[in-house]
Amino acid sequence: MPQVKDLQLKSQRFRAEREADWRRLEALLTKAETRSASTLTDDELLAIPVLYRSALSALSVARATSLDHSLTDYLESLATRGYFFVYGARASLGERIGGFFYRTWPTAVRGLWRETLISFLITAGAVLVGYLLVTGDPGWYDALMPSGLGQGRDFTASTEDLRKVLYASGDKHMLAALAGYLFQNNAQIAIYSFALGFAFCVPTVLLLAQNGLTLGALFALYGSRGLGFELGGWIFIHGVTELFAIILGGAAGFRIGWRVAFPGSGSRMEAAAAAGRAAAPVVAGVVLMLVCAGLLEGFARQLIQVDWQRYAIALTTLLIWLGYFYTPRRGRPL
Amino acid sequence: MTTVGSAPAPRELRRFVTPEGVDLRLRIGTAGERASAFLLDATFIVLGLAAFSLAIVLTASSLATAGLGTPQVGAYLSVIWLLGFFVVRNFYFMAFELGARAATPGKRIIGLRVAARDGGRLTAEAVFARNALREIEIFLPLQVLLISLGQVSDGYGGWLIALGVAWTGGFALFPLFNRDRLRVGDFVAGTWVVKSGRERLSIDLLDAADAANAQSRYAFSVDQANAYGVKELYVLEDVLRRRDPKTLAAVAERIRVKIGWRAIDAETDAEFLTAYYGALRARLETQLLFGRRRQDKFDKP
Repeated sequence: MPQVKDLQLKSQRFRAEREADWRRLEALLTKAETRSASTLTDDELLAIPVLYRSALSALSVARATSLDHSLTDYLESLATRGYFFVYGARASLGERIGGFFYRTWPTAVRGLWRETLISFLITAGAVLVGYLLVTGDPGWYDALMPSGLGQGRDFTASTEDLRKVLYASGDKHMLAALAGYLFQNNAQIAIYSFALGFAFCVPTVLLLAQNGLTLGALFALYGSRGLGFELGGWIFIHGVTELFAIILGGAAGFRIGWRVAFPGSGSRMEAAAAAGRAAAPVVAGVVLMLVCAGLLEGFARQLIQVDWQRYAIALTTLLIWLGYFYTPRRGRPL
Repeated sequence: MTTVGSAPAPRELRRFVTPEGVDLRLRIGTAGERASAFLLDATFIVLGLAAFSLAIVLTASSLATAGLGTPQVGAYLSVIWLLGFFVVRNFYFMAFELGARAATPGKRIIGLRVAARDGGRLTAEAVFARNALREIEIFLPLQVLLISLGQVSDGYGGWLIALGVAWTGGFALFPLFNRDRLRVGDFVAGTWVVKSGRERLSIDLLDAADAANAQSRYAFSVDQANAYGVKELYVLEDVLRRRDPKTLAAVAERIRVKIGWRAIDAETDAEFLTAYYGALRARLETQLLFGRRRQDKFDKP
């Protein structure tokens, strides 16, 4: 009777020959993961891809020839770790940030120009509607103005009180707190209008429209007292930046909602993922724009009390943003 | 008969082919793992914020006792607190997931990481998108719940709240309704969360000190080595690695009956099983080299 007796299986020899390499790769990966890739020497950095590819081929061989389950499990985990290291992000934080400002952000904003236009038109339309409604019937004012935002500015207030709000220099040390609060509030709104775009754009439209209606109602109130021009200075000194940021946040939401609703030739999943990646840098940038808006609102507006200076700053910021986003960049498009 | 290399595919295994053309068979994080990781992270955030708030309060009070507690200082401290809150709420997840391990501390503890679904590199845009959407999945439901607690008495407000809870709850439960356990954020960012355990390389059972000795003392016929397939071999490997005497005895008894084994002198369960494991593996691996993988004992030898 033939006997099955083989003291050294091929799979055992296979493992014995390569084990040292695997252990070395494992040690290097652990070092890179627990500390950072920059702690690796040049030799180690060059060794990882080579060791990774040999581990990968060992995995294929082990799957086909070895029945040691713990070995294939180990190689799968090792190859996966190696894969994420070798094909993971390589750029340093500085390069990433530089690249973001130089190319990623403006390119992403340019890519959303259609959505930005729609977003702008919705806001502008809502401002107009809000203005006409309140001018026609002041009763609309209370309906359009959220109670928190009114801050005592309504049709019962005297013209003098309304004027005072526009030129209040404020309690100087509370300005910082105000700026911080406004920024945090607006940034949350911008993130919502992006995130909610997922629900087929509907919440994004609502957020933008509400924002516009409020603004329109405010203009109607001040316009009825002949303070429209002054209110413009008060709003636009920071509002150009803030409204632009909210419009861009809305545009990002529209892109996602639209692609989820009408995915085109690909699958809904792929379309949503592509739209999400295209729109995400815009929203990251929007948060930064709102930092600027918060600073302008908290400080510049309280410190600058002359209307034409306020308008000058508003115009300057508008030109800066438009120039930054829409002047073409050299280099390869992303 | 099944072809070489095909393994049983549990529900969580996903095809993931590297540029070198090897399928890594990633394992998707289960809903339970995802939830535990998130709860861990939430705990860390809450603890961190509590410590941060305490530090601010202590600074304020110590400044006040030192006679420096002007309203200006108070305002600046409140700005620091507000911004700190904002940064932690929005960037805790992002900062950690942009790192080399692509995982927050909670995910690291559970053994998960974020990866791009298409096999490409995990971009900063994707990480930003998946975490910006966390706002509507977690923080919005939370806010709605908090508001609803304050307004229960309000007439038709109750309906609005119910609508809001249903709407946001739908987002929160989204991962349960797709097979890759994608959050809405994963969906939009094109990412998924996979297991990234660090497996230890344990010793090959046949290289163990007693294995060679056992194999030389026990001899199995081809028929005896043909009794089982790969599935049973894996179970046997598992049993041998655990070394639980009761299980060893039970399994050894089953195998002895199945292959009609006559006990030799001074036979022990562990030795018998190690030797049989060697014989079975040798037999099955030889078949494997000829392109034949015997899945289990019901498969033709």
